[in-house]
Amino acid sequence: MTLDYKGATEKYEPTLGLEVHVELNTNSKMFCSCATEFGAEPNTQTCPVCLGLPGALPVVNGKAIESTILIGLALNCSIAPYSRFARKNYFYPDMPKNFQTSQYDEPICVDGYLDVEIETDEGPKVFRVDIERVHMEEDTGKSLHVGGSTGRIHGAEYSLLDYNRAGIPLVEIVTRIIPGTGKYAPQVARAYVTQLRDILRSLGVSDVKMEQGSLRCDANVSLAPIGSGLLGTRSETKNVNSLRSVERALTGEIERQANRLEAGERIIQETRHFLEESGLTRPGRSKEQAEDYRYFPEPDLVPVTPDAKWIEELRAKLPENPADRRKRLQKEWNVPDSEMNSLINAELVDVVEETIKLGAEPTRARTWWLGEISRLANEKEVAPTSLITTAFVAEIIALITSGDLTDKLARQVVEGVVNGEGSPKQVIEKRGLKVVSDDSALMVAIEAAIAAQPDTAERIRGGNIPAAGALIGAVMKATGGQADAAKVRELLLKHLGQG
Amino acid sequence: MAAISRDDVAHLAKLARVEMTPDELDHMATELDQILGAVKRVQEVATADIAPTSHPLSMSNVFRDDVVKPSLTNEEALSGAPAKAEDRFKVPQILGEE
Repeated sequence: MTLDYKGATEKYEPTLGLEVHVELNTNSKMFCSCATEFGAEPNTQTCPVCLGLPGALPVVNGKAIESTILIGLALNCSIAPYSRFARKNYFYPDMPKNFQTSQYDEPICVDGYLDVEIETDEGPKVFRVDIERVHMEEDTGKSLHVGGSTGRIHGAEYSLLDYNRAGIPLVEIVTRIIPGTGKYAPQVARAYVTQLRDILRSLGVSDVKMEQGSLRCDANVSLAPIGSGLLGTRSETKNVNSLRSVERALTGEIERQANRLEAGERIIQETRHFLEESGLTRPGRSKEQAEDYRYFPEPDLVPVTPDAKWIEELRAKLPENPADRRKRLQKEWNVPDSEMNSLINAELVDVVEETIKLGAEPTRARTWWLGEISRLANEKEVAPTSLITTAFVAEIIALITSGDLTDKLARQVVEGVVNGEGSPKQVIEKRGLKVVSDDSALMVAIEAAIAAQPDTAERIRGGNIPAAGALIGAVMKATGGQADAAKVRELLLKHLGQG
Repeated sequence: MAAISRDDVAHLAKLARVEMTPDELDHMATELDQILGAVKRVQEVATADIAPTSHPLSMSNVFRDDVVKPSLTNEEALSGAPAKAEDRFKVPQILGEE
């Protein structure tokens, strides 16, 4: 009988381990001054250092060290007073030097943790993920495997190498094993990577785009019978390119391992590749033979010894933890979980906060970003934040609050700004979008509406206030929506003796 | 006992992708063993209060500013490549042993 995920986790206890690689967003590479831009023509961002030509000497990018220390501090790590780079020797054409400059037994940051909260059957629960180390290394080149039937490494006739990415600063964040997550292992992993991504983004040290590979996750998992106290053989799943995939890959892998164990087979310690389409994994390199990278201290680089003063300066620069910040903002804005989640999922928390800081009324700031602007963005299939600046949104909202614009007019202003007609002021000017606030002009329209619907007017005079809606509608129509409905209502009711 | 065995040398040769004949392995095992023996004498003077040295200069924190400088052109980068295609380095199929 095949076990499904539920069956698998009722019988087996998963133990997780996560390795996250983050490409830093420095302008230049880790050990040379080549540009790091994504998507450049192949092999146009290389030099003797990152091509591993004889005699070339590396020099460490100071900004990259600073970013790594910031990451360590944000993850509650200790910063090592002394750390070194090491050569990780291996033969694979993605590194033209035949070694990767990395860190071995002396990483920059050690012993941190990250608390992640997930929703369980018993309500929200916090899991502490211990971080073993945060170390610096360099990214590898990009291979293109040509020939063969599958486009995979196996059976390729030859491979083509682009070294633009080789040497881009890469930070590896390694957790200790994460026990005790039970059936929630995939959610804990996803929540961890999500929170890590948010922290890295708030630090401004990486683009953290999983789909572009600037944030990559390798998920290790092993199973052991529940209560056995044993640790099973693990597999490592690579090629996990989205947050959703982290969860899917682990769910699939736990099921696969459980069924192997059920069938009396053993788990092979190996690297597996996640297949986005099926949610399954396929085997890659077997790690049965322990790898022998012959690490040794990199003789071309000197140690990194950050002093306490530097570390404290960097600590002072740390932004508020994104999870804490969200909780604080939710409280300040007094919004329900559902709305906060909508803002988070739409990645609008930052712009809403900024819009409010620029003086916009909080409820309106949220409604406009989540409503009209998001709607236009969906239509155009772009991010809402790419359509309009927070300053313009704040300006438009201020005009609504002051009564110079109605919601309806404001929508036209937003549309104009989005279509590139200029600033809100210019759009208002060009399109003539002014609220008719001149009482006498409104009175003309009100009298015209009464004349057109004398029966309705009579009913209102007789005390039927809800009937006013029809007349207000007529006035709004006559003024092309440029009147403030509340004002019209007030004048109309007064005119008909109900004010 | 020898500090390095013939099997160790064969293993290292494989890792380093260096092809060696049985004669060369014998020869190299003996020679490396002698070298290690000579270097071992350092241990006689290196006491516990002397930290291992990985760099002759006692320097640390040598950093560059994060500033981009011009790279090689694609033609320059590929000029030493034994084979190239589509603006990339062309290498024989990899991981055939997988």
